[in-house]
Amino acid sequence: MSMTDQAAFEPACPLPAFEKNTVQLAHGGGGRLMRELIQEIFVRAFDNPLLATMHDGATWHVERGTLAFTTDSYVVRPLFFPGGDIGSLAVYGTVNDLAMCGATPLYLSAGFILEEGLSLDVLRQVVESMAGAARAAGVSIVTGDTKVVDRGKGDSIFINTTGIGVVPSGTHISPCLVRPGDVIVLSGDVGAHGVAVLSVREGLSFAGDIHSDSAPLHEVIGDLIAQGIEIHCLRDLTRGGLAAALNEIAGSAGVGMTIEEANIPVLEPVRGACELLGLDPLYVANEGRFVALMPASQVEAALAVMRRHAVAGRAVRIGVVTDRRSPPVVLQTVVGTNRIVDLLSGEQLPRIC
Amino acid sequence: MKYVDEFRDRAFVAALVERIKRTVRQPWTIMEVCGGQTHSIVRFGLDGLLPKALTLVHGPGCPVCVTPVSLIDDAIRLARQPQVILCSFGDMLRVPGSQGDLFGAKAEGADVRIVYSPLDALELARANPDREIVCFAVGFETTAPPWAMAVIQANTLGLSNFSLLVAHVLVPPAMEAILSSPHNRIQGFLAAGHVCTVMGYEEYELIAARYRVPIVVTGFEPVDVLEGIAMVVSQLEEGRAVVENQYVRSVSREGNREAQAMVDMVFEPSPRVWRGIGEIPRSGLRIKPAFAEFDAAVRFRDVLARSGPSAREHPECQSGLVLQGLLKPTDCPAFATTCTPEKPLGAPMVSSEGACSAYYRYRGHMVH
Repeated sequence: MSMTDQAAFEPACPLPAFEKNTVQLAHGGGGRLMRELIQEIFVRAFDNPLLATMHDGATWHVERGTLAFTTDSYVVRPLFFPGGDIGSLAVYGTVNDLAMCGATPLYLSAGFILEEGLSLDVLRQVVESMAGAARAAGVSIVTGDTKVVDRGKGDSIFINTTGIGVVPSGTHISPCLVRPGDVIVLSGDVGAHGVAVLSVREGLSFAGDIHSDSAPLHEVIGDLIAQGIEIHCLRDLTRGGLAAALNEIAGSAGVGMTIEEANIPVLEPVRGACELLGLDPLYVANEGRFVALMPASQVEAALAVMRRHAVAGRAVRIGVVTDRRSPPVVLQTVVGTNRIVDLLSGEQLPRIC
Repeated sequence: MKYVDEFRDRAFVAALVERIKRTVRQPWTIMEVCGGQTHSIVRFGLDGLLPKALTLVHGPGCPVCVTPVSLIDDAIRLARQPQVILCSFGDMLRVPGSQGDLFGAKAEGADVRIVYSPLDALELARANPDREIVCFAVGFETTAPPWAMAVIQANTLGLSNFSLLVAHVLVPPAMEAILSSPHNRIQGFLAAGHVCTVMGYEEYELIAARYRVPIVVTGFEPVDVLEGIAMVVSQLEEGRAVVENQYVRSVSREGNREAQAMVDMVFEPSPRVWRGIGEIPRSGLRIKPAFAEFDAAVRFRDVLARSGPSAREHPECQSGLVLQGLLKPTDCPAFATTCTPEKPLGAPMVSSEGACSAYYRYRGHMVH
């Protein structure tokens, strides 16, 4: 009798051996399996004293001051892409949102929605990537939640992270401080993340060796603040890219903006892929880039600080803030003409020919 | 980037604008045929650099825009068949049919996939032998060869679950339709560079001679477009009407013979309705009878014959006039009022090559 036949004659079992390496509904059921999952995967990877108490929530003492608080959900497909994965993205994305408030990120929560049938090895890899990203960003993941949904009712893993940080006293960063005459500084090349994810998701071989820019930005922001540089507004460029970020700031500040196409860095392979697909890199997502708006007097010092950090090594001045106008953002093209940079109604779609 | 940066060079652009200004002596109206050229003109503001005497008119060269409502309705009807995976290029999905768009069908549960190349669709057919892969094959002469190649390969591989819903159109018959209209005001053409890369430009020589109209095969970057305009203007001012080739880095007179042979093997010319314009004889492609099993119109004839709602244009949409160069998008009363990218009345507002979308995106919606 062969091994296969033997297996076939074993009595039915609610947890057949071959399923033990996948997430099952019972992993979200509040019982022993859930406890095992939490202990063996999450607590082991995120290891920190606040989490180790295994209380309903994390508690800590607060000094007087200003807190920053933000949340974001992550649904990227594929889970792993050149330059990152959903785990590191879920940490850096929330860390960056805190950094854009001028805050030092401290604590994160992590909520997981797992689809039945997800490989536990994949989950472990994602969680370990989150733990590594948290160490790199100097934050602790101190509380969390896990739910499991029926197969077909989710897309393998959804992650929500919420973050809390502390804003140093005297720091005030907000779009309402932006004034006409302020200078717009961009931290580096744009469009790499979106094209990297698209290229693996859709198997675009011509997109070549493009890596996501996913990275934590709190150190360069912390350095700018520590050096006493006066910054009016910060914004990380995520969905909708540079174009959406500038339109949002201009809208809330009640100002216009003029940017110069020739000054906006886009890596050659990213440009090539965008040209072929009919995508505008100004609208493509990033995960490790930001704009800083500041008085003109601060720009040289700010660029010097930013260029000391790898994540902002290609920081450049791309434009200026003007009086209010509609539509607010105007681009001077490389041929010397002007066009508007408006919000798109939805996602960009690759073209026909 | 090679082949891009040197064709967006500010000094070259300025020099070409000067050359055009020196040449122009009287008013001329020139049509750029291809939507890719329209987008370049509007995106880089090239029309604003030209002397007032020149009028640029946007042509019908947007395959998504001219695909008839009835075919979009057919595509949606096929997508709703449970066994069908409908493949389309991305920018077709937002184009309204008479009862919604493909995105809407997808949201309601239809299996609609965006593909980047016909070979992706072929791969889907191989990977899903129990499903019917129907490709919405939309485009001009540029995309006909890859679809033809996909059919030839499907035939070679013996795939029995792969078919095309063909909405392919040809440029020269549309140019002739515009020139022979009593309302025509076009005096010169920028012909579509990529279409001519495949087809060459011999067939345009007949048009130039018959209608006494200068035609310059033109590329898509700012320097290309301006040089093409300069060449058309020179011909008009000198009273010449011939075909010239600005896009020499890509186009030869005979075109790509291998690609043409593939198209000829699989497709044959047919009458075709152009959305907003009407039927133009021999202006479309259909699959030859020898490859009928790969023709979705034949394969799903029962589904498509079932009487659906009649395909109708939105009464406010004037895209037919826009596509024939008789109306500027911003002169349409619906532009940016009842017609926006979020709620389009017609295809040119949502296609990546549509004239209305170019104006909305790069000039803003504050034009009224």
